[in-house]
Amino acid sequence: MKILIVGATSAIAQETAKHFAREQAELFLIARDKTKVEAVAADLIVRGAGHVASYPLDVTHIDALHAAVQAAVTDLQGLDAVLIAHGSLSDQRACEDSVAETLQEFRINCLSVIALLTIVANYFERQGTGCIAVISSVAGDRGRRSNYVYGAAKGAVSIFLEGLRSRLVRAGVSVVTIKPGFVDTPMTAHMKKNALFATPEAVGKRIYEVIKHPRDVLYVPWFWRPVMSFLRHVPHRVYKQLPF
Amino acid sequence: MNRYQSWGRYPTAVPSAVVTMTWQHDAIPFDAAPESFLPYGYGRSYGDSCLNDGGVLLDTRRLRRFLAFDPILGTLRCEAGTSLADILALIVPRGWFLPVTPGTKFVSIGGAIANDVHGKNHHRAGTFGRFVRCFELLRSTGERVYCSPTANADLFKATIGGLGLTGLILWAEIQLKPIVNPWIMVERIPFNHIAQFFDLSAETDRRYEYTVAWIDCFARGTARGRGIFIGGNHHHGDHPTRASQSASWSWTVPFTAPSCLLSPLVLKLFNRAYYALRSASARSIPEHYDQFFYPLDKIREWNRLYGRHGLLQYQCVIPPPHQQAGITAILDHIHRAKEGSFLAVLKQFGSLPSPGLLSFPREGTTLALDFPFRGASTLALLNTLDAIVRECGGAVYPAKDARMSPRQFEACFPQWREFLAYRDPKFSSSFWRRVTDNVPIDPLGHTLSGFPSRNSHESTLALAGDSSLYEQVSS
Ligand SMILES: Cc1cc2nc3c(=O)[nH]c(=O)nc-3n(C[C@H](O)[C@H](O)[C@H](O)COP(=O)(O)OP(=O)(O)OC[C@H]3O[C@@H](n4cnc5c(N)ncnc54)[C@H](O)[C@@H]3O)c2cc1C
Ligand SMILES: NC(=O)c1ccc[n+]([C@@H]2O[C@H](COP(=O)([O-])OP(=O)(O)OC[C@H]3O[C@@H](n4cnc5c(N)ncnc54)[C@H](OP(=O)(O)O)[C@@H]3O)[C@@H](O)[C@H]2O)c1
Repeated sequence: MKILIVGATSAIAQETAKHFAREQAELFLIARDKTKVEAVAADLIVRGAGHVASYPLDVTHIDALHAAVQAAVTDLQGLDAVLIAHGSLSDQRACEDSVAETLQEFRINCLSVIALLTIVANYFERQGTGCIAVISSVAGDRGRRSNYVYGAAKGAVSIFLEGLRSRLVRAGVSVVTIKPGFVDTPMTAHMKKNALFATPEAVGKRIYEVIKHPRDVLYVPWFWRPVMSFLRHVPHRVYKQLPF
Repeated sequence: MNRYQSWGRYPTAVPSAVVTMTWQHDAIPFDAAPESFLPYGYGRSYGDSCLNDGGVLLDTRRLRRFLAFDPILGTLRCEAGTSLADILALIVPRGWFLPVTPGTKFVSIGGAIANDVHGKNHHRAGTFGRFVRCFELLRSTGERVYCSPTANADLFKATIGGLGLTGLILWAEIQLKPIVNPWIMVERIPFNHIAQFFDLSAETDRRYEYTVAWIDCFARGTARGRGIFIGGNHHHGDHPTRASQSASWSWTVPFTAPSCLLSPLVLKLFNRAYYALRSASARSIPEHYDQFFYPLDKIREWNRLYGRHGLLQYQCVIPPPHQQAGITAILDHIHRAKEGSFLAVLKQFGSLPSPGLLSFPREGTTLALDFPFRGASTLALLNTLDAIVRECGGAVYPAKDARMSPRQFEACFPQWREFLAYRDPKFSSSFWRRVTDNVPIDPLGHTLSGFPSRNSHESTLALAGDSSLYEQVSS
């Protein structure tokens, strides 16, 4: 299998990639930090990956994304799947005080993803097969006082994916929206851990499985599906009073 | 809840802060904090050697990437927080195995080096540190020091068995050993008396690569001293037909049990049942390595069974010529104190020298015991055992210790003063402060009065099993 992973240094993406490496997949890794992505690449090679290339890039340089995807296709001589994993848990308070901060968070969590999707969607549509998997979030299912900037960016990605899915289904391409709940990764390092937190290992494994056997929307762990389904039905009148 | 405990859950210690290391080049605020620092692996040490009360812990568990593997030579380089479990999952299918492994695979490479751990093959292979080819050590100055038996050899020696006090190991390279398949041919031989253990060891240590024995310290009367000697070798042929599979189940103890769960009666019945079960199946059978080496790993967080007061593990080594007398004296003592250990494990260490300056393993017999923590009586019992160990010129294992006195540490590890030259001044642990604080240090390295070294104590006692002798010593 030939896979492009964007945000390959994310804890969740690393755990997903380990499973692909074990079955000798060929991987093209895009991530912001050169030292980090090279450490991840070395690890995946030891774990059995057939081929690993790393490509340092800050994805908010949206103009550079086309060339990056092109480089992946050339290097891997094709592409079977893409996983988009990068993201930033926005500092909500800082965003409330700053337009620039808010837009920057949108560039990371939303615009860069939509740009990448636009590029790879056309590639896969022409190819007539493939899988596009994107890590969105349960936070994108409803706005919350405590993180609506992040939530709105993820929500936009989820809606974009929903539309893209019904476009690409005709071409035989799967589009998977991954919605993790809380995961114990560097992104949530500052948060107090409780029983709701999943491990990146468990989440990474589910993502690997869903890329192998695609479905439309993956809540991970599974219990977030009924939880979010319930929350989506809470009327605004009540919802706006909730403490979080 | 404090996620940073030791395996015995005694004592409790609260770090002032935790720095989670995700990448080797992550900055550590050595200069910002006045407190001391200590690396933390998987917290599989029992006592307080992995704790730093009031200080900063460096959580290494995310440093778990492989750097390089040579499938021809069997050398593996990985980040220090990589667990033995992760390593086994990688190497066993490729025909390699750990050169030395402790009784749990949920330990990190960094932790295995820092305690210079030993396994069931000590009589053949020596300690883990003998298979460490090199590592990189981060000192609080920010310096990254490459250490090997030839490069910065003194720091290399001090870091092996160095209790995490010489700096943070970032990555290490180890030499693996080749295997043909994951199975171990296991033989279990019941014995009726402790003396037979020594005979069996002498007779079979050459025949088996792995040996260990379990003894039933609850057995009374004629059954006293009974146990089961376990020998194993890697299976070399084709896939064995009658092999036990690697059981993929595991079970987590969901919460801390009431302290009375492991009452003497329960322990006694457990030991009796274990003896009956195991001695009945005493023949050579192939067993998956997981079952042979890591039976306790099947029950995750089994330490919770000991209740909220936790447990104390006591592991010592008694060198020749006192091994038999010393071990017998210890067992007698426990017997008379009406204490018993859930698991009591005996093993003959070989004579291969341990590479670390402060390594615990040395030639002799090692005994490991678990005691539910019952307060002063448990501590008093262990102090008495210390006296026996001291008298025999033996040592207590810091990785398992939560209570030995500075005097005991001095007697077991007189070389600790030499070690001070390599210790990173910004690194410390609860254990280290406990055993060295307020101990006078003579610049020439001599032991000062008030801390009699092991030889200064009267004459060598006749260790004929009269353990009353040791009570005097301990009081
Ligand atoms: C069920 C069980 C069975 C066991 N069997 C055995 C056995 O057979 N033989 C044996 O020898 N031991 C045995 N042990 C003890 C265990 O192997 C050691 O305590 C081991 O060191 C634990 O490793 P850890 O990764 O959990 O480290 P921790 O317990 O977290 O830390 C141990 C020490 O290593 C240091 N350390 C950790 N990481 C680093 C690093 N990156 N750089 C520098 N220092 C570091 C810490 O500061 C601390 O001093 C057993 C333990 C259990 C729970
Ligand atoms: N953790 C959770 O609780 C949780 C919950 C729901 C969804 N998610 C989503 O899961 C995904 C993975 O996150 P994680 O939990 O694995 O956290 P993580 O380990 O912190 O990973 C975040 C990744 O995003 C990268 N990134 C951030 N900004 C970037 C930029 N401008 N350009 C390139 N890369 C950038 C980071 O790169 P650097 O390493 O260079 O910083 C890092 O690799 C994210 O999309 C996140 O939103 C996480």
